Amino acid sequence: MPTLHERAETNSFWLILLTLIVVAIGGIVQMVPLFYLESTIEKVSGVRPYTPLELMGRNIYVREGCYLCHSQQVRPFRDEAERYGHYSLAAESMYDHPFQWGSKRTGPDLARVGARYSDEWHVAHLTNPRTVVPESVMPGYGFLSRQPLEYGDIEAHLRTNRTVGVPYTEDMIKNAKADVAAQTAPDADPAAFVARYPKAVVRKFNAGEREITEMDALVAYLQMLGTLVDFSTFETAKNIR
Amino acid sequence: MNHVNAQAMTASTANPSQIDYNEDIVKAGVIAAMVWSLAGMAAGLLAALQLAWPAFNLDLPWLSFGRIRPIHTSGVIFAFGGNVLMATSFYVVQRTCRARLFGGDLGWVVFWGYQLFLLMAVAGYLMGVTQSKEYAEPEWYVDLWLTIVWVLYAIVFFGTLAIRREPHIYVANWFYAAFIITIALLHIINNLAVPVSFTGAKSYVVWAGVQDAMTQWWYGHNAVGFFLTAGFLGMMYYFVPKQADRPVYSYRLSIVHFWSLIFLYIWAGPHHLHYTALPDWAQTLGMTFSIMLWMPSWGGMINGVMTLSGAWEKLRTDPVLRLMVVAIAFYGMSTFEGPVMSIKAVNALSHYTDWTVGHVHSGALGWVGFISFGSIYYLVPKLWKRPRLYSIRLVDMHLWVATIGIVLYITAMWISGILQGLMWRAYDKLGFLQYSFVETVEAMHPFYVIRALGGGLYIFGALVMCWNLWQTAHGRLRDERPMLGAPTAAPAASRA
Repeated sequence: MPTLHERAETNSFWLILLTLIVVAIGGIVQMVPLFYLESTIEKVSGVRPYTPLELMGRNIYVREGCYLCHSQQVRPFRDEAERYGHYSLAAESMYDHPFQWGSKRTGPDLARVGARYSDEWHVAHLTNPRTVVPESVMPGYGFLSRQPLEYGDIEAHLRTNRTVGVPYTEDMIKNAKADVAAQTAPDADPAAFVARYPKAVVRKFNAGEREITEMDALVAYLQMLGTLVDFSTFETAKNIR
Repeated sequence: MNHVNAQAMTASTANPSQIDYNEDIVKAGVIAAMVWSLAGMAAGLLAALQLAWPAFNLDLPWLSFGRIRPIHTSGVIFAFGGNVLMATSFYVVQRTCRARLFGGDLGWVVFWGYQLFLLMAVAGYLMGVTQSKEYAEPEWYVDLWLTIVWVLYAIVFFGTLAIRREPHIYVANWFYAAFIITIALLHIINNLAVPVSFTGAKSYVVWAGVQDAMTQWWYGHNAVGFFLTAGFLGMMYYFVPKQADRPVYSYRLSIVHFWSLIFLYIWAGPHHLHYTALPDWAQTLGMTFSIMLWMPSWGGMINGVMTLSGAWEKLRTDPVLRLMVVAIAFYGMSTFEGPVMSIKAVNALSHYTDWTVGHVHSGALGWVGFISFGSIYYLVPKLWKRPRLYSIRLVDMHLWVATIGIVLYITAMWISGILQGLMWRAYDKLGFLQYSFVETVEAMHPFYVIRALGGGLYIFGALVMCWNLWQTAHGRLRDERPMLGAPTAAPAASRA
């Protein structure tokens, strides 16, 4: 009888099979429980799917590779709490496909950047970062103001998100295109839109351009980051995992 | 362990003249690897210059750092590394199995299919088509295409194993096998996505938030573990014994090395997610296994270096062997540094800083780069049927220029990383944060300049290598002073 290893080193079927088993174990143990342990995602109120405009903005954030220099994950340290705010919760990115926690802070963390700066600051900063932060090494993204936001297929984006688990309702999908316009038109009545997306901010984010540009979408996304969770409802002790 | 010597003999006594090996495909892979290496490293140098002087972004969408960086990482890992892995695996599997590559022209479908994958990925990055999952940026249609190519690659590789004339599967092939199998597993699971439309590039990955983070770093760390480590260890287990003309140091150690390495590596992913919203139990598992991983890593390093037992004097005269040994030394260093950085207390300082960037480059430039260069220097005279390389001294020059480049790179990143980590957490005596974020950005500037210089030296070394290989392929021999008085042709002639 050959030993198990003699089999593996003389028979490629055994080599493949044993390798597959050996490399599968770690991943199964670490990944599978995250899908069934109820403690994985904290119980907090306030997290909602992105508005259509925010989702488009997030797609621009993804497209431009912002995650390569900006994290969206505040760690539970004193200095980070003072610099960025409450440490990040899993619940805050539960609708993020993909997650954008990042791995490098060439620039600061953005998990709670929402509502910290004015829209004008963001537009100026994105257009030429060094006009507002002289030491910055960030690229300029002035072209975002020149590119009209393309959202003709926005319903398909929401529907695809629903397929992968984001609870967009039929109402949200049906009104997606109108909601992009509604979020950038402060003069119209936003009641129906805000009812669908609580805490959503209605403004013309890129006030310098009349039409809806990619800049509007990106700034709308940045301005909502970290603003959803009501931390008065968050019980730290109950969520230690 | 009777088959220790038998195995070592097999590797060196198989008579290549009897078997019609497919060497053209290896040649093509070597050329592709060198072309992609220059492209990938040039993108890296541009990214380094952009971080030192943002004017290099030119405010053009397709030249901005966020699009250049994936071109750099995919260019060096998947384009350069991938081509080296495919070319050497095709060479090694044929030689150690004493069989022609399985599947006839299927190997060429794999080769060209893989180049098409790379071109589609890079073209996408330039246009902003990306999933924004680190090291898994290509969108769904590119991922699907790679899956097909990878399955064909597996068929060619394992098919060749199946038709081998050797009873035993040589150890290098275990590592290549684990690399091929595991990358398939990682690639498919991490990239599961639903496209918005079948005529558009955009998709949404099925995983969300914390589960996506875990899946991504299970993938990401094992892209390091299986793409950049296991596959290149396969190269170490073939090319170091060949170049040193010595058997592998310990067969028993290679068995322990192989199984413990592939078992432990898979668990290490969560160390990329310390102190995040990933549950603590997963972080602790990731840290524990990362520290344990130090042992098989060093077992492999010892097995590689000690293969020179009885042949140490060759290091004085053979810069190709020297390149391989320096590679193994860098492997040892970065696989020690990795476990240290995976300790949560250390990671609290190092994470999000340039220390990580320095760590990955000591592994990538030192280990992956040098073991690849060494193997290619070994292969080119063999493939093009030349008595030796055009110039041995230029190999030595490449080694030194590139090593100085790496040292500049990683020391700059150690200093900038630790400096920035300390500045972020510094408090003044009144209890306020001492530095604003942008002050820490400003402090990085000199180190970013040094890093670009180090990277530039490394590219210069690669250009010298390309010249040397070009001349070798054309059958030219440089008239040069021998290394340390030994006749220049001697080491090469004894292997020819």
